[in-house]
Amino acid sequence: MDELYRDNILDHYKNPRNFGTLEAHDLDWHDHNPLCGDELGVHVVVEEGKVAELRFHGQGCAISQAAASIASEELIGKRLEELPELSADWLIDLLGIDISPTRRKCALLSLKVLRGASTGDASWPE
Amino acid sequence: MTIAATEPLVDVRADFPILEREIGGKRLVYLDSASTSQKPTQMIEAVDSHFRRTNANIHRGVYALAQEATDLFEGARQRIASFVGDSYQTTIFTKNATEAINLVAYSWGGANVGPGDEVLITQMEHHSNIVPWQLLCQRTGATLRYLSVSETGELSLAELDAVLAEGRVKLVGVTHVSNVLGTINPVAEIAARARAAGAVTLVDGSQAVPQMTVDLSELGADFYAWTGHKALGPTGIGILHGRRELLEAMPPFLSGGDMIASVSFEGSTWNDLPFKFEAGTSPVAEGIGLGAAIDYLDTIGMDRIRAHETDLTAYALERVAEVDGLRVFGPLDPERRGGVVSFAIDGIHPHDVAELCDREAVCVRAGHHCAQPLMRRMDVPATARASFHVYNAREDVDRLVDALRGAREVFGL
Repeated sequence: MDELYRDNILDHYKNPRNFGTLEAHDLDWHDHNPLCGDELGVHVVVEEGKVAELRFHGQGCAISQAAASIASEELIGKRLEELPELSADWLIDLLGIDISPTRRKCALLSLKVLRGASTGDASWPE
Repeated sequence: MTIAATEPLVDVRADFPILEREIGGKRLVYLDSASTSQKPTQMIEAVDSHFRRTNANIHRGVYALAQEATDLFEGARQRIASFVGDSYQTTIFTKNATEAINLVAYSWGGANVGPGDEVLITQMEHHSNIVPWQLLCQRTGATLRYLSVSETGELSLAELDAVLAEGRVKLVGVTHVSNVLGTINPVAEIAARARAAGAVTLVDGSQAVPQMTVDLSELGADFYAWTGHKALGPTGIGILHGRRELLEAMPPFLSGGDMIASVSFEGSTWNDLPFKFEAGTSPVAEGIGLGAAIDYLDTIGMDRIRAHETDLTAYALERVAEVDGLRVFGPLDPERRGGVVSFAIDGIHPHDVAELCDREAVCVRAGHHCAQPLMRRMDVPATARASFHVYNAREDVDRLVDALRGAREVFGL
């Protein structure tokens, strides 16, 4: 098995969870990785201060799309104030693969749009 | 279908020391020459020798060493000018092709373009031949228009005529060879039609000069910009060729030392061409290095290089078609395209294609290739791109095809 394109990553790439749009949503954000053109948006429905529903949408490489899908499963149910605390390491640990410096932004794009949606902060997660 | 691999028409691989490298235990296959070319020993040694033996600032020292450095640098300019059929005075050194285009946009554009005027470029331009015109139009109130690109990646002269006939175009900007599609544009025809309509033409020759004979005396473009590092030379040096009357009438772009005739407290007067547009200390080693690179290309012969690259491109177009789900962009006739093949594989994003090629030590580019509007026109987010130069051989294409098949296997396709 390939060390980067593990079955789990390819499964999430080919069958992304929580993918699409939500017509009624409380938070949304859209961003891209200018180096490569990967783009991702997010819609979030908030109920009682928690993420009730969430959908990512966009297009990009296997790493960026699988990272969004894997992250989405962890994000539903989190309290809004927890979202800005999520670090780059949180997401990369979740992916469970070694990410080279050249692919780091692919992996982190989902966290970047989530942070934008919850705080308006458009910076890359550290 | 397969074509038997034959000996390359030109085999100069031994002149390129980087090609001896292995990455991850595999022989390096470099297929990204449209980004930057590799460098022959002859060029590397010219730069090395300059720093070891002839380094001094140029144009001002009275001592013999400074004269030697000046002669080497200006000799290189003369040979570079002759190489593309231009004259010494109208061959201006810049930092890169981007700066050369900015020079025209600021200096010529600032003096000649105003509200109601139009700048006409094409949908297949590199960002370097888009953004300077966007900014010029914002500064002056002019309008930027784009010639469309057909499904086969080509421009329409009929559309050009129709836009020119409206009478508002002041400048036509077009790439000689597309860095994504490989399309060789009919730039002499475009320049002639633009001139007849009272517009000037700027041609971006960054992809053309490295791989084919370019004769500016025949081409008829008013401005022609290209860059050294894609033509086997060093980074940090580009070239702007311009029609003499235009360059003489244009105000300076960057200002400072070397570009002046005299400076007083009240004002300054400008040096003669080409120095009027070369402010500050010149890229001396880079100029000498590019001179050596041009000598190297000239020794092989641009017609042989073009034949070699056409052969490789034809072979690549045949071989990549064997990969299931692969689609190629641009003209399918290798005679009508340069040594670049952009493609997409169903089910694998170009980034992942490039990453999996890298595992096999095959360097290909993935992304928008600094041509985002063209990506939108082709309705793809990105492509993978293999590009060739004189040091590539058919076996490099074979390694690419093996890597692409391997990528499909990894993705379970």
